[in-house]
Amino acid sequence: MTHFVSAEEERRVRANDREYNEKFQYASNCIMTSKYNIVTFLPVNLFEQFQEVANTYFLFLLILQLIPQISSLSWFTTIVPLALVLSITAVKDATDDYFRHKSDNQVNNRHLLIITLIIQVLSWMNVRVGDIIKLENNQFVAADLLLLSSSEPHGLCYIETAELDGETNMKVRQSVSVTSELGDQNNLASFDGEVVCEPPNNKLDRFCGTLYWRDKKYNLTNQNMLLRGCVLRNTEACYGLVIFAGPDTKLMQNSGRTKFKRTSIDRLMNTLVLWIFGFLVCMGVILAVGNAVWEREVGSLFQSYLPWDPPVDNFLFSAFLSFWSYVIILNTVVPISLYVSVEVIRLGHSYFINWDQQMFCSQCNTAAEARTTTLNEELGQVEYIFSDKTGTLTQNIMSFNKCSINGQTYGDLTRLFVLLSGEATDPLRLDFTPFNPLADQDFCFYDDTLLESVKVGDSHTHEFFRLLSLCHTVMSEEKSEGELVYKAQSPDEGALVTAARNFGFVFRSRTPGTITTTEMGRPVTYILLAILDFNNIRKRMSVIVRNPEGRIRLYCKGADTVLLERLHPCNQELMNITSDHLNEYAADGLRTLALAYRDVSEDEWETWSESHRCADKATNCRDDRLAAAYEEIEQDMMLLGATAIEDKLQEGVPETIAVLSLANIKIWVLTGDKQETAVNIGYSCKMLTDDMTEVFIISGHTVQSVRQELRSGHRSGQLHVRLSGVSVSLHLGIHTDKEHSGQFALVINGHSLAHALEADMETEFVSTACACKAVICCRVTPLQKAQVVELIKKHKKAVTLAIGDGANDVSMIKSAHIGVGISGQEGIQAVLASDYSFAQFRFLQRLLLVHGRWSYLRMCRFLCYFFYKNFAFTMVHFWFGFFCGFSAQTVYDQYFITLYNIVYTSLPVLAMGIFDQDVPDKRSLEYPKLYEPGQLNLLFNKREFFICIAQGIYTSVVLFFVPFAVLSDATQSTGVPLADYQTFAVTTATALVIVVSVQIALDTGFWTVINHVFVWGSLGSYFTIMFALHSQTLFRIFPNQFHFVGSAQSTLLQPVVWLTIALATAICIVPVLAFRFLKVDLKPQLSDTVRYTQLVRQKKRKPIGRSGRLGARGGSRRSGYAFAHQEGFGELITSGKNMRLSSLALATFASRHSSSWIDTLRRKKHTHTHTPPSDTSQIV
Amino acid sequence: MMASSYNAKEEDGHHSGASSHGGAGAVKSKKPDNTAFKQQRLPAWQPILTAGTVLPAFFVIGLIFIPIGIGLFVSSNNIKEFEIDYTGVGESSPCHSCAKNFSWNSTTPCLCSVDFTLEQPFESNVFMYYGLSNFYQNHRRYVKSRDDSQLNGDRSALTSPSKECEPYRTSEGLPIAPCGAIANSLFNDTLELYHIDANGTSNSIPLVKKGIAWWTDKHVKFRNPGGNGNLTVAFQGTNKPVNWRRPVYELDPSDSENNGFINEDFIVWMRTAALPTFRKLYRIIQKKPSSTPTLPSGKYVLNITYNYPVLSFDGRKRMILSTISWMGGKNPFLGIAYITVGSICFFLGVVLLIIHHKYDTRNNSADIPN
Repeated sequence: MTHFVSAEEERRVRANDREYNEKFQYASNCIMTSKYNIVTFLPVNLFEQFQEVANTYFLFLLILQLIPQISSLSWFTTIVPLALVLSITAVKDATDDYFRHKSDNQVNNRHLLIITLIIQVLSWMNVRVGDIIKLENNQFVAADLLLLSSSEPHGLCYIETAELDGETNMKVRQSVSVTSELGDQNNLASFDGEVVCEPPNNKLDRFCGTLYWRDKKYNLTNQNMLLRGCVLRNTEACYGLVIFAGPDTKLMQNSGRTKFKRTSIDRLMNTLVLWIFGFLVCMGVILAVGNAVWEREVGSLFQSYLPWDPPVDNFLFSAFLSFWSYVIILNTVVPISLYVSVEVIRLGHSYFINWDQQMFCSQCNTAAEARTTTLNEELGQVEYIFSDKTGTLTQNIMSFNKCSINGQTYGDLTRLFVLLSGEATDPLRLDFTPFNPLADQDFCFYDDTLLESVKVGDSHTHEFFRLLSLCHTVMSEEKSEGELVYKAQSPDEGALVTAARNFGFVFRSRTPGTITTTEMGRPVTYILLAILDFNNIRKRMSVIVRNPEGRIRLYCKGADTVLLERLHPCNQELMNITSDHLNEYAADGLRTLALAYRDVSEDEWETWSESHRCADKATNCRDDRLAAAYEEIEQDMMLLGATAIEDKLQEGVPETIAVLSLANIKIWVLTGDKQETAVNIGYSCKMLTDDMTEVFIISGHTVQSVRQELRSGHRSGQLHVRLSGVSVSLHLGIHTDKEHSGQFALVINGHSLAHALEADMETEFVSTACACKAVICCRVTPLQKAQVVELIKKHKKAVTLAIGDGANDVSMIKSAHIGVGISGQEGIQAVLASDYSFAQFRFLQRLLLVHGRWSYLRMCRFLCYFFYKNFAFTMVHFWFGFFCGFSAQTVYDQYFITLYNIVYTSLPVLAMGIFDQDVPDKRSLEYPKLYEPGQLNLLFNKREFFICIAQGIYTSVVLFFVPFAVLSDATQSTGVPLADYQTFAVTTATALVIVVSVQIALDTGFWTVINHVFVWGSLGSYFTIMFALHSQTLFRIFPNQFHFVGSAQSTLLQPVVWLTIALATAICIVPVLAFRFLKVDLKPQLSDTVRYTQLVRQKKRKPIGRSGRLGARGGSRRSGYAFAHQEGFGELITSGKNMRLSSLALATFASRHSSSWIDTLRRKKHTHTHTPPSDTSQIV
Repeated sequence: MMASSYNAKEEDGHHSGASSHGGAGAVKSKKPDNTAFKQQRLPAWQPILTAGTVLPAFFVIGLIFIPIGIGLFVSSNNIKEFEIDYTGVGESSPCHSCAKNFSWNSTTPCLCSVDFTLEQPFESNVFMYYGLSNFYQNHRRYVKSRDDSQLNGDRSALTSPSKECEPYRTSEGLPIAPCGAIANSLFNDTLELYHIDANGTSNSIPLVKKGIAWWTDKHVKFRNPGGNGNLTVAFQGTNKPVNWRRPVYELDPSDSENNGFINEDFIVWMRTAALPTFRKLYRIIQKKPSSTPTLPSGKYVLNITYNYPVLSFDGRKRMILSTISWMGGKNPFLGIAYITVGSICFFLGVVLLIIHHKYDTRNNSADIPN
């Protein structure tokens, strides 16, 4: 992000006039996401690092140490760890930035054609605002462009905006009519219109501006804009004027800067570090007071042997200096390596997530990715999951699954299995190609009786599929013969038309007035008289066509509830059978549609078309009058049958949801879909079940109605609680929520949600929603998704996770504590905004229950031990203060102080923090309750912290006073006293290293080779390094640096010293051991029990009651036709405006190919080596 | 770290990924390696605290610690130790006048003698210590006030000692050798021991003054400048520490191996004590070749050349005689501590065993509640 044009109020862009545009200094199209270059790296990076409080603090300590009167440690004890920390961070930042540089360069150097008087090829980064550039089919749009003209009629062009908003369906953009006539490049080069428009902003669906050209004004809207990140489709070429470039583009404006997320452990850690600072200051003050007293009472008398340093002339000043000296010595209670170690551990956990084979999706060749390395342990604390529906829970693939034709049901696999009983083979997928060369290869159907019925020419079946091939608003594209691609507004329609296509009723092309199909290999053209388009109220659509014989027929498909009412009475019997089938389908979670037709006589058509025309032309209440007209003719229809479409859930979704809810995680579905769809999916993924007491549906449009609905839901919730004998109001918070949330579900609509999210109602909403087991919010806007997440964050203080795959989920992903992106079909916006990404919803259980749980456990154990070991280490100085005149004399050798945290004790605890496991991954999936400690934050909280600290202080007491008591009178076997300072230092240090090593050995629950190497290696390195530092060789070279020459061997050869160390170790460890044993023995945690059973191999595992409940069928019938996302192309088709695809197809049909099916077949034989790309993903 | 979430590489990557579905096989599988390390399936030992492991551990610790403690206690009790305070605080004490009248400037040494009786004979080698109390050799300013380069015989450090030695770095414009507060406060009382035998004659007991320092100190850490040649020449151009009566090269003029920086009394003093009450080895009384005890029981006289003032800061001076065993001098604490810890472990083991048997819940919960 280079710069923002500050306070740009409006933007003026003149085409082909760089000089003019340069006056405004608009951002160029060069994108810079990198932060440093070679020269600025060191200063900028250091500056950034010293903005971290911890680093500055250590710098401050370093400066303090340079004052000789204060310096109680030599300078290198601080600078070595600080330099280490700074350089590790610098290396990490440098690598990150290198990759950003690389990707920036790659994008900036993409080439495109630019038209400014001379036509030239330029790289993306050289494009300026006001340039006119040419885009070709399937190219990425390089900047935000005003569409000027395109190769297509009416200046139309088609774009796919998956990168931008996640929607995969194609969108139409149209240029302003005057510019669309400009056409060729020469005209464009002399185009000199001026655009005045809004300043750069991040609203994807809004643009407002004016084009001034040849003294005329033209209004510009979002319809005229091509945004960076879109891909041009089905358009040979188009030309656009660059309005926003580079960082000003809506894509970049939208990506913004990611909020830096911190985990709750992070926040706790920061609080604790502050507390420790407070503690440090307290100890400093105590010791300073001690120093004052000592200097006054003893030190002043001791002056003949030990005079004060020159600037010190009284005990108060001495005490002041000793305060700072002690701050330096005791600073190791907050070791600088804490933050780096935490980073390293998280990095390790992130790599484990990336490496996990069980979160790898082989179909899409995507491994899970931890995109941020800072949130891992929070994955183990999630309480609320907010999930998108489409593409997250579902695959967004509709498949034609079953149908009922004239009372006969087809596609029922259980029936097939019965037929095939005895054979273990799966039912064979039908091969349509021998029967129908136009069939779609990817279409799956297993029931061959339906195909037989088509083949034998059953008239009902034929009429059924004819309806499917005619009654829709799908557009087709036929690039080469037989290579049909359908573009549907709703995936349901695409699935139905594809089904018809495979059963021999191939929809080939349409014009505003005709529909051309190939029926059983025979081309037929129907005259399209009217499309009675779908809308949410009608829940059905019809077409009226005239067949080649001249008969007029109305075909209608729609929600069974509305369609069955409009049947001719003679259908009663058929209706009952079909109704049973519909119920069956709905119970399987399928989306159903009923199909019917009606013959329309010529007279009837004449009168109706007249009334229809009137309604169409009406200026007021046009929609109502049209609906009435439609209603009029959609009567007395004859039932054909019903279809059942499967909105395919992603693999393992119901199981995942079941496991997650067993882990006490609440799942909210937030979807932009309609209520019916959302509820349907809620049933099919078993979030909603029919044995729920009540599903509250809140869909009020006014504040009052929403409040009322919420309250009634609330009341019945409370009532139920009272009935079950517990008269606790649901207001009371989590505990009551948890116990009684089993029976209710809440479905709330977007417009109601808007009211519910208002300040005065939000608590009411939260309490009602949290009393429910499942919450589904439908028709919500991206902003509302974020608001819901924020609401829970605010009211529940719980860790939230948002999972989604589309651009509409970005806001929610960003505002939740953890954002997870599904790297599916809907572009990558969600993934880019997310913290974790993977390909399938079901990986979520592994991410949370395995990786998250482990991460949390490891981080907690790491922190506990880390604080413990540093308190044990540092507090010894405090006790020693009372015996050395509070002079800030250290107990240990300065090298030991330097190396303790970075060498002697760093690796074992890192190994534990990275590799530790309490129970294997399989068990944590098997017993989701194991997840609970994380949610309740049991493993590391203030209490646990104080326990660690207490243990550390206890250890320090033992480590100081045991050697004190033993050594003060002891002598070597040569009679030399052992109570000299160096022997004492070596003894205490050795005891400390051994005690903390034993402690880490106790804490480590999972001893891999690495743990062994690190623990034993650390001990070994301690002795090796100590002997080296105390060696004569080093002393001879630097006699002034290595005062401890000979101490190691002299000390460690003494049996008394080893006896002292053993004694200290026993006193430190035995109580811990006893305490832990009692805890495990008397109050075992679930993980202890699981671990124990694992150990004794008691394989009496209870099967979890998962499968039984999952098999339960939902009962209520859920109609499928409401699921179309929006109204179809109906209007566009009949207006003829948008007929480019089909007209193109028609043209190619007419001119180059004969439309006969035989010819098609013949041509296919010639070109059969060329396999048609089966691109069904475009349909769905 | 703040970072833009827009990443052009991924924009590209997605596109190529989408278009590559057709060309199967061209795409390299991104499937993570199936290694035990990456899949977190490394073979591991998973220790768990069970009654079967913890309780025996307690008993074992108890059973090991108690005998060791008893051994230590017994051998400590067999050690004979005699201690006498000769500071001269009380009016009646023989060194009272010396202690009171002392001044650094007095040229005539003050002498006093203390009589004492050993009740039991001291066998084997007897070690003679001087003990100081309330003397803060472990004070930070004191500890650092030395120059190890100088003491190691470094010529440049001899003439310009380290700044750490201030204010005992120079005197009268000349560098001090050895510099610093530690050297300046060298303990300079002289102790002599006489045995009064049955007929009242006092026999001087030979005190060995070598072999009292660490080997590394004597042979590595401390070296005279210019080897052990003429020390007077070597130390020319330096001044003695202000409190000293004699320059460093006259610490033991009789023995060139024990003079200058390598004088063992000096080395012993320079090895600072960890605590304000400490003892330092002064002399060794060698075992006699005959079977008679080194120090038979009876009357003794300690002759003190009282040079070292401690009363000003309420310090104490002691003389200690002690024999030694395999584990050093008298040390009752270690033995008692071992016995106590061992007993507690054993007791804990018993208590835990009872608790485990009474309240154990695990056997009933073989299946795990979910």
